[in-house]
Amino acid sequence: MSDQVITLEVLARTLRESAGSDEHGELSSEALDTGFDELGYDSLALLETAARLERDHGIELDDDAATSAKTPRELLELANSAR
Amino acid sequence: MSGTTVVTGLGVTAPNGLGTDEYWTATLAGCGGIGPVTRFDASPYPATLAGEVPGFVADDYLPNRLLPQTDHMTRLALVAADWAIADARVETAGYSEFDMGVMTASSSGGFEFGQNELRRLWSKGSKYVSAYQSFAWFYAVNTGQISIRNGMRGPSGVLVSDQAGGLDAVAQARRQIRKGSKLIVSGGIDGSICPWGWAAQLASGRMSQSADPDRAFLPFDPAASGHVPGEGGALLVLEDAAAASERGAPVYGGIAGYAATFDPRPGSPDAPAEDSGREPPLQRAIELALADAGVPASGIDVVFADAAAIPELDAAEAAAITAVFGPYGVPVTAPKTMTGRLYSGGAPLDLAAALLSLRDHVIPPTTNVSPAPGYRLDVVTGPPRPAPPAAAGAALVIARGYGGFNSAMVVTAAGHTAAEDSTEGSKS
Repeated sequence: MSDQVITLEVLARTLRESAGSDEHGELSSEALDTGFDELGYDSLALLETAARLERDHGIELDDDAATSAKTPRELLELANSAR
Repeated sequence: MSGTTVVTGLGVTAPNGLGTDEYWTATLAGCGGIGPVTRFDASPYPATLAGEVPGFVADDYLPNRLLPQTDHMTRLALVAADWAIADARVETAGYSEFDMGVMTASSSGGFEFGQNELRRLWSKGSKYVSAYQSFAWFYAVNTGQISIRNGMRGPSGVLVSDQAGGLDAVAQARRQIRKGSKLIVSGGIDGSICPWGWAAQLASGRMSQSADPDRAFLPFDPAASGHVPGEGGALLVLEDAAAASERGAPVYGGIAGYAATFDPRPGSPDAPAEDSGREPPLQRAIELALADAGVPASGIDVVFADAAAIPELDAAEAAAITAVFGPYGVPVTAPKTMTGRLYSGGAPLDLAAALLSLRDHVIPPTTNVSPAPGYRLDVVTGPPRPAPPAAAGAALVIARGYGGFNSAMVVTAAGHTAAEDSTEGSKS
């Protein structure tokens, strides 16, 4: 269990550590509602990111739910509701 | 369609040179890339030398997105594929993605990546295992990653037959070109210089335990005592000769002939008796490859040997070569003495060397070796040897894989391919 809200900044870092990032930097707030497909993160990238969020924040995420998140906002909501 | 497959691009990552030019320059100069293992602490192991690709920084060549999901040898393969495609001066965007395929060889897959994930599994738990372990370790990973990166969705696959696989993959690519594929990236890049890979390779009993880089890998030498493993290899762009000529592609040469045979399992009922009179499978592979190419033994300028550096295997290869070409009947070389054995990457690198050898009319040397007279082979040692003025423009590459795989391939110089001959014929 974790009291700390998982922010977009934390998610961006976790995505980068899990699945790499583009040369032009990390996700900005405008990317909150951009599709993961457009951002270049596939289902394995999301699976790896979800596993790292679980480890870092002591939460449990359902694999299917995590990989069906369409946008950073959906994944953040899923992760924060699991705290 | 001409039915002839030509090589229009080369991408090389070798222990003695990163990139085709560096590799070829070093190889002609006799500069080797074998040294103490640096990728892990090999000091507790019986074998401590390897041929490691120098100066390769994946970040310099590949997008950051690919790094968390790739083994070291896959990164080498992706870069070699980029270089081969650039070398072929082909605009892949102009092709249907189903007209292009990828056919690579692999001997072990991404062992280093796999070892790291297994370590996490047993020390920290399954939550710590990378999701990319699902594919990053396995045999077909280079084919898959090259296919994705370059949008090549035509006939693709992986051949797993140890060192012979590098030729088997190119032969399979040639079949696909003959069936109508326009372009196939083929060959192999290999490497598992990590404790897990080391343990697996040591089990073969074929690794040299010498710690002297100049004395560790000595094929056809009385002091032969096993091989040094290396990493890297070569990828080739293959196209139909007529299509390549139509687009004005640069052509290194043709894949003219190929054959593969298998050794019977020792002691099996299929194993012929010593005195059965049947020719050994390796000799048969060479003869069948020559027949497939329509080239007589006298038409081969140079043989790139498998060069196992295990006395029985050297003797068997020397016997096969002398049976086909006669004692001292053809120059034989093993530039792999400078790189170590690269497993599935070894024969594609030899194909590249053979094509460059035909192009430049020069035979690269076998380094460090003093050939045992009993083998009756004309091993090219010392400086590179100029090709004779009457060279026929064809080379033979031999590759054997652990477990009894024998493969042989004939390559011909640019200007000697059947398609070009037939074009000339139609003009007259």
